Amino acid sequence: MANTLTSRGKIADHPRPEVNYLNASKGIWSWMTTVDHKRIGVMYLVGVLTAFLMGGIFALFVRLSLLNPKHMLFGKVLMSAETYNRVFTLHGVIMVFLFIIPSIPAALGNFVLPLMLGAKDVAFPRLNLASFYLWVIGAVMAICGMIFGAIDTGWTFYTPYSTTTSGTVTLMVMAVFILGFSSIFTGINFVATVHKLRAPGMGWFDMPLFVWGIYSTAIIQVLATPVLGITLCLLALERVFSIGIFDPKLGGDPVLFQHFFWFYSHPAVYIMILPGMAIISELIPTFSRKTMFGYRAVAYSSVSLALLSFIVWGHHMFVAGQSQLATVIFSALTFLVAIPSGVKMFNWLGTMYKGNISLETPMLYAISFLLLFGIGGLTGIFLGTLSTDVHLTDTYFVVAHFHYVMMGGTVIAFIGGLHYWWPKMTGRMYTEKWAALGCVLVFIGFNMTFLTQFFLGSKGMPRRYYNYLDQYQPLHAFSTYGSWVIGLGMMITAINLLASLRKPYDAPDNPWGGTTLEWKTSSPPIEHNFEDQPVLERAPYDYRPEPVAH
Amino acid sequence: MEQQFDTSKIGMWLFLVTEVLLFGGLFVGFGMMQARYPQEFLEAHEHLQRPLGALNTVVLLISSFTMVMGVLSAQRNDKKKLVMYLILTIICACIFLCVKYFEYSHKFEEHLLPPRWYQAQPGDTVRDAAGNVSHGYGTFFAFYFMMTGLHGFHILVGIFLLAWIAIRAHRGEFSSKYYTPVDLVGLYWHLVDLIWIYLFPLFYLIK
Amino acid sequence: MSTHEHTHEHGGSGVYVKTLLALLILTILTVAASYIDFGSGNVVIALLIASIKASLVALFFMHLRYEKAVNAVIACSGFLFLGIFLMFCFIDFDTRDDAKALDPQPVMYGPAKPAGAAAASAPAAEAK
Repeated sequence: MANTLTSRGKIADHPRPEVNYLNASKGIWSWMTTVDHKRIGVMYLVGVLTAFLMGGIFALFVRLSLLNPKHMLFGKVLMSAETYNRVFTLHGVIMVFLFIIPSIPAALGNFVLPLMLGAKDVAFPRLNLASFYLWVIGAVMAICGMIFGAIDTGWTFYTPYSTTTSGTVTLMVMAVFILGFSSIFTGINFVATVHKLRAPGMGWFDMPLFVWGIYSTAIIQVLATPVLGITLCLLALERVFSIGIFDPKLGGDPVLFQHFFWFYSHPAVYIMILPGMAIISELIPTFSRKTMFGYRAVAYSSVSLALLSFIVWGHHMFVAGQSQLATVIFSALTFLVAIPSGVKMFNWLGTMYKGNISLETPMLYAISFLLLFGIGGLTGIFLGTLSTDVHLTDTYFVVAHFHYVMMGGTVIAFIGGLHYWWPKMTGRMYTEKWAALGCVLVFIGFNMTFLTQFFLGSKGMPRRYYNYLDQYQPLHAFSTYGSWVIGLGMMITAINLLASLRKPYDAPDNPWGGTTLEWKTSSPPIEHNFEDQPVLERAPYDYRPEPVAH
Repeated sequence: MEQQFDTSKIGMWLFLVTEVLLFGGLFVGFGMMQARYPQEFLEAHEHLQRPLGALNTVVLLISSFTMVMGVLSAQRNDKKKLVMYLILTIICACIFLCVKYFEYSHKFEEHLLPPRWYQAQPGDTVRDAAGNVSHGYGTFFAFYFMMTGLHGFHILVGIFLLAWIAIRAHRGEFSSKYYTPVDLVGLYWHLVDLIWIYLFPLFYLIK
Repeated sequence: MSTHEHTHEHGGSGVYVKTLLALLILTILTVAASYIDFGSGNVVIALLIASIKASLVALFFMHLRYEKAVNAVIACSGFLFLGIFLMFCFIDFDTRDDAKALDPQPVMYGPAKPAGAAAASAPAAEAK
């Protein structure tokens, strides 16, 4: 009964080890001082999912407030304009800095990367733990900032409002600074790990595509995040010491702030999406039982996406006061950066074509990703086109676009990956029916919420606005109902996953028939990952039957 | 062991690159503000004491030399020389900070400070009808303090790192087989020198 | 396996001494050059000399000359992306129609006066 598997799953051909990484040492102190990448990954997972919950609750409040133009709920005004500004700002700050940027790399990547490489751990295990504690410190500081007055600047902290407004701007900005260093240390760790800790026989082009994606992400983390650091420092110093760099009253240039901010924040969105794409590149071959179509193209596109992401940041500033020449150049480059993403989409579809597809929950999420990221990515092109952007910028069209790529893309991929590696991480199988239901509800709710917002935006509804004209009310209301469906879907998903933890270990080594190295060890893995150092004998995604050796 | 040494080096270089971009952001800010206030920056920089800046440059270059000689001594298993060179490097670093202290005191005395506290100097020509001076002068000194201050902070951290390494070296923890921490601290120290190599002409020399 | 220690030494102290001398000479050069006005070439020359010094430190003191290429690639990429940042900021700033007109009279703080009076002069700046 415990081994109800799909026919593709391999039953463990050795007994489940008594001692695994979860029970190897007991007590909170052993977790707090661990240098095991798997435990650190699990701690990160708990952290980022808590942040996701917080950010999600704020989102529900934002949508609730927008149910009608008067913000009335049960006869009372739900929140004032000032509060509304704070709520959407905190939704943005929490989701971007506490949740989505660390999510896949730190929670899933930390766990899976060394296993996929056949390594015992990451290159710098203690740095890994330091990175986690920096995340915790940053999170605590951000929460303090929320409690002691919060901010209403928007997550983008544009000057001169952010340099002159009251509110805990300096504290929040310092929290994000610390979170930035957490991200940098993760990036350093992963680059070094991929360069030096691969198993014997694993050349660069024998690595799973998940590794290529995480590696490309790590490059961005190392190169871009320091500039965020200095931007935030300069913002804080402008507030405290009136340097005169960003505030026009002091002779500064607010557009310069935007250059500084977006030089990091645009590559940051690729920090968000590349790991999501990396997961999809694992899910699709596994659940199509077919080798990846165009492996090298996907690998190269990951790295080129990382590098190209650095030269397009001005497309966030088309109407900010940039020069016309700069605007035109950035627009042209933005078209360029769409190409690698397109390459991947076609390769994923090419992998599925004539594949032996099975629709377990991770694959449902992967297919959702293809649809939702497709829409999100294409609408990015509309926004990169100057003539349309002038009308669509700062409307709900932009809000819809980035939710499609960040949530429809990254979050969907994250939850799909979570389901995929859940048996490996926890040793338990979740209940497939409820997981699939959760996925379907999230998909429906997501489209209800955000497809609507494309229409809202193209009809002229501005973003971050507390008030709106009556004519937008039906669309806003529909969008809010959608948010409730998302909430329901997420709740079912969460409860299903958590419920599986109450069962005894029942997951086989390789429930999905995957070909990458993490499936060659037990579920959950032993502390040192592998009994003996694995040597790579087959290319990744090679689904031909294994030669019968023993 | 070789693989661990190589891996640590990659990690350190990645960290150094983050420092380059961190300081680099300040350089970009400085460059943009200089383009905005060319006259003010020109006049303001006359107040910097060029000989002291040049002295500090020489001191840091020598400290880089003593540092790399320290690494060489470790490679040659020469514990005594390693400790000696590390101490020499620390001495150079302390001289640098002393000179910095004199420079900063001078700025504070003359009120050559960020805009909020800046006081107009006789040579300042960019003024309005009422005699108020342009922000640009204060902005120059804001950048001066931010950049040399951040750099000085890195020197201070470097001194602690060097002292820690020197103590470990004295205890005999390093040999030609294992001197990774010496090498890594050395790389950090050279970066600090590198940053000054760019700071010095930009602030003290360029017209 | 542990016979590798001797391969790390490169050229010995001679290289380092020569590098230091070159650096000191370049320092004298850059200070001397600052006394001559090359017009717009001032910045270029100063940064050029600084870059040569930086390269010497990186190649010889930091051993990039002798080590695996990956470290040099990492180092160069840092400077490359910094350059991209700088370049685009300047493209924007230099081609704006009204860049300098952002704030034609950017003055606020007056001649020697205590900090409290700064608030009093703020209205004067606002009135423009």
